[in-house]
Amino acid sequence: MTLFARGDRGPAVVGLALFLFLLLFLAIPVVKVIFVAFQDVGSGQFSLINFVDFFNTSLFRESFVNSFYVAAMSVAVASVIALPLAYFTTRFNFAGTALIQTLGVVPLIMPPFVGAVAMQLLFGTNGSVNLLLDEWFGINIPFMEGLNGVILVQSIHYFPFILINISAALNNIDRAMEESAQNLGASGMRLFRRIVFPLAMPGYVAGAALVFLKVFDDLGTPLLLDVNNMLAPQAYLRISSIGISDPMGYVISVILVVFSLLALWTSLLLTRNREYATVQKGGGGLMRRDMRPWEKAGAYAVILLILLLVLSPHIGLTLLSFGTIWSYSVLPDGFTLDHYLEVFESASQFITNTLLYATLAATADVVFGTAISYIVLRTRLAGRRILDYAATASLAIPGVVLGIGYLRTFYEFDVPVVDKPLASWWVIIVVALLIRRLPYALRACMAALQQVAVALEEAAENLGATKRRTVWRVVVPLMSGGILAGFVTSFATAAVELSATLMLVSEEADAPLSYGIYVFMQSAAGRGPGAALGMIAVLIVALGTYLSHRVIERNRQQQASDRLVAAAET
Amino acid sequence: MSKTPSVAIRIQDLHLSFGDTRVLQGIDLEIRPGELFAFLGPSGSGKSTLLRAIAGFGPRPQGRILLDDEEITSQPPWTRNVGMVFQSYALWPHMTVFRNVAFGLEERRVAKGEIRQRVERALDLVGLLELADRRPSQLSGGQQQRIALARTIVVEPRVLLLDEPLSNLDANLRIQMRREILDLQRALGLTTIFVTHDQEEANTISDRMAVLDQGVIQQVGTPMELYDDPANLFVAGFLGTANVLSGRFQQTAEGSRFGTPGGFEVLLEGVERSGSGHILFRPQNIRIVQRGEALPEEGVRMEGRVRHREFLGSLVRYEVESGGEKLLVDDNHQRGDPPYEPGTAVVLQLNRSQIIVMAE
Repeated sequence: MTLFARGDRGPAVVGLALFLFLLLFLAIPVVKVIFVAFQDVGSGQFSLINFVDFFNTSLFRESFVNSFYVAAMSVAVASVIALPLAYFTTRFNFAGTALIQTLGVVPLIMPPFVGAVAMQLLFGTNGSVNLLLDEWFGINIPFMEGLNGVILVQSIHYFPFILINISAALNNIDRAMEESAQNLGASGMRLFRRIVFPLAMPGYVAGAALVFLKVFDDLGTPLLLDVNNMLAPQAYLRISSIGISDPMGYVISVILVVFSLLALWTSLLLTRNREYATVQKGGGGLMRRDMRPWEKAGAYAVILLILLLVLSPHIGLTLLSFGTIWSYSVLPDGFTLDHYLEVFESASQFITNTLLYATLAATADVVFGTAISYIVLRTRLAGRRILDYAATASLAIPGVVLGIGYLRTFYEFDVPVVDKPLASWWVIIVVALLIRRLPYALRACMAALQQVAVALEEAAENLGATKRRTVWRVVVPLMSGGILAGFVTSFATAAVELSATLMLVSEEADAPLSYGIYVFMQSAAGRGPGAALGMIAVLIVALGTYLSHRVIERNRQQQASDRLVAAAET
Repeated sequence: MSKTPSVAIRIQDLHLSFGDTRVLQGIDLEIRPGELFAFLGPSGSGKSTLLRAIAGFGPRPQGRILLDDEEITSQPPWTRNVGMVFQSYALWPHMTVFRNVAFGLEERRVAKGEIRQRVERALDLVGLLELADRRPSQLSGGQQQRIALARTIVVEPRVLLLDEPLSNLDANLRIQMRREILDLQRALGLTTIFVTHDQEEANTISDRMAVLDQGVIQQVGTPMELYDDPANLFVAGFLGTANVLSGRFQQTAEGSRFGTPGGFEVLLEGVERSGSGHILFRPQNIRIVQRGEALPEEGVRMEGRVRHREFLGSLVRYEVESGGEKLLVDDNHQRGDPPYEPGTAVVLQLNRSQIIVMAE
C-alpha cells in the first residue's frame, strides 16, 4: 500500500517540501508577529494590553490617522490623474491614446522612494517650482510639506494601477449594455450614472484598493521624506531603535496586515465577479466619437501637464545625479559625472549584491512557481490548493511585517558554518525577496501552464515518457515564455525592494541597491551619489520591464500563430 | 401591453457605409402593420446593420426610415420608441430582473405604482414573475431571453426589433422560443422584424421576409414564394438545396430546348427563351429507381449512376452523375427500404413543372 498513486509520489515530495518552506518562512514568522502583539511583555500571557497602550499613545493614534489619511488621499489624487486619461482613451477616437498608454507605464519603472528626494528638490518649499512661482506670482504652494509630499509622490507613482483597471473595466463593457439603455430612452448623464458608471465601478474599486494597500504599507517613501508619524515608519523605528522586544512594532504589524487583507479582499471580491460585464458580441467598449478641435487641444494640454508631473521624479533624479550643488535654485549650479564615479568606486557592492540577490530570488520564484502550478493544476494531491493560497497570501504581508517576523523568529537560530544568526545572514534577504515576489511569479507560471493542453502531456506519456521526463521535456519548454516573464517581473521588482530589506540588512557590505540609496539620501552630501544609484536602479527595472513586455508580446504572437496553424490543420 | 394600433415601417433608398466600406446599398422596403418580418442573410450581408439603423445605432444612413408617416432617420435612439432585443440580451448585471424591466418605464417618468403594475404584467406575460428579484447572472439562457423581451415590450414600443433572437439558445429551446415569440407577437399585434441567418427559423415564423446579400435586398416575399420562385441563384441556394445547371437555351417550335456542355438536355414546353442561362430544381423534385424498374411515363427521364449517398433519416440524399452533371436526388425513406449502393445504374425522372428557369 502506498499513500499516493505511483505518478504522484514525486510531486507529493516536492509539494511537501514547498509547504514546509512556506510554513517556515511565511506562516511562522507572521504568526509569531501576531502572537507577540497579543502577548503581555511581562507575564507572557495573552492580553490586549499592547493594543490598549498603542491607542493610548498620541503619537501612534496620530500615525494611524496619518497612514489612513495618506492612503485615502493618494487614492483620491491618483484617481484625479487617472480619470481624465481613461475618459479620453475610452470615449473618443483619439490619437493621443498611445501617449497615454506609455504614460501609464513610465511611473512604474521607478520605485517611489527613489524619486522622493528629487521631488523635494523640485516641489519643496525651496524647490524649483516654488522658486519660480514665488518669482512670478509671489506665492508658495506646500506640495511637499509633511504628508502632502508622501501623497504627491505616491499618487504619481501609483495612478497607473487605477488607470489600467478603469480603462479595462470601461473597455470590457458590452456595447449592447449601453445601446439597450438608449433604446429604452436613456441618454447623456442619466445613461452614464445608471449604466456605465455602475458597470465600471468594480474595476475602479479593485484598482483603488490595491493603491490603498500599497501606500498604507509603504515604508521607504515616508522615511526618505522624513515623515515618521505614520505606521510603517513607526514600526521600523521602534524595532531599529528600541529593539525587537518592544511590542509596539508588532501591534503596528498586526494593524498593517489587517488593513492589507481588507484591501486585498475587496479587490479580489470585485475582480472575481467582473466577468459579467465582459464583451459578448458586437464589440466591446463604449461608443466613441471624434474630438472637436478645442476638445483635442484641451485633452493634449491635460495630458502634457500630467506627463510633466509624472516625469518629474525622473527629471529630478537625473538632474540630481548629474548636478553639482542644487540648493535654493531652480536648477543645479553645474553638471558633473563625479557622483557616478563615486558610486562605482566606493559603492559598487550595492549593485553586485542587488544583481546577486534579485537573480537568486527570481530564479527560486519561478522554480517554486512552476512546481506549485504543476501540483495545483495537474495533480490530485490532497491540500494542493493550500500551496497556491499560501504563496499568494504573501501579497497581504507588508515588507515591514515580514522583516520584523524574520528578526524575531530567526534571531536565535545560528547558521552552523557561517556562525551567525540566520536573521543577520545575507541569505535571509534573498529569502525575504523570494517570498515577497513569489505571488507574481506564481501567477505568471499558472497562466502559462493553463495554456498547455493536457493532451500534449498525455501524448508524451503515451509514448513512454515518465511524469518527470514529461514535465522536463514537454511542460517546461511550453511554459518557458511565461516562466521567463515571471522571472523578469520578480527580478525587476526584487531589485528595488526596500521595506523588508531595510529591516534585515545587518551590515553595509551585505546591503543591496535600495538600502544604499536610502543610506546615501539621508545626508545632503550623499544625495548626488544616491541619485546616481537610483538611476542605476531605474535602468535595471526599466530594462526588466521592457524585456518582460517583449517576452509576453512574443509569446502572444507565437500562440496566436500556433492557433492559426492548428485551425488550418483541422 | 395592451393591443395598440400597429405601425408600418418604410425604408426608402437607404445607403450606409462604415468608412469606405459600403454596407447597405439602396434598401427599399415596406413592412406592413402587424407583420412578423424576417431579415435573412449570411453573416456580413448587412441584415444586422439594417436592423440597428432602424433603432438608430451605427453610422447615420442616407435615405429615409419612416414609422407610418413619421420620419425617424435623424432621431437619436432614445426618442424613437423602437423596441430592440439584443443578440446578447444585454441585461444589466448590476440590476435585478425587476430593475432591468422597470428601467425603460423609469426613463419615461412613469409613476411608481404604475411601474410595479406594468413590470409585473410583463414578467407574467413571459412567465417569469417569480424571478423578479434574481440577478441576470442567475438565469438560464432562455430565461434571459424572456426577460430581455419583457424589458422591451413593457415600454409599449411602436415596433419590435429582434437581433438574432435565438442564436444563443440550444436547439430544443430554439424551437420552443420561436413559437413563444410568434405567440407574443400575435397577441400584441406589434410590427416585428427579426434578423436571422437560419432559413428554417425565417421560414417557420415569418409572414414575409427579405433576403439580403452584400448590402442589397435580393428578394422580398413570403417564405413559400421565395422558395418556389427565387429571383436569383443566391436566393435559390440560400433557401434550401438546389440543383443548378448552366447552359444554353434554344428556341424551337415546341418550346425552348435547354442543353448543358456535358450533354444534359431538356425540352421546356411553353417557354420562350434563347441564349445562355440556368435551370434549377430541388432534390425532392426528382424520382429515382434502379434501371429496369418501371416508372410512370410523364416527365423528363435521365439515366445516371449513384456516386454517394447520405442517410438523413426521413430521406436518403443521393449524388447521381447524369449527363455530365452531378445531381442531388432525395428519396423518401421507409422502414426496411434498402438504399442504392454507389455505382448502381439508376433512372431519374424530373417533373417538368418543377423546373425553374433563370436568366444569366
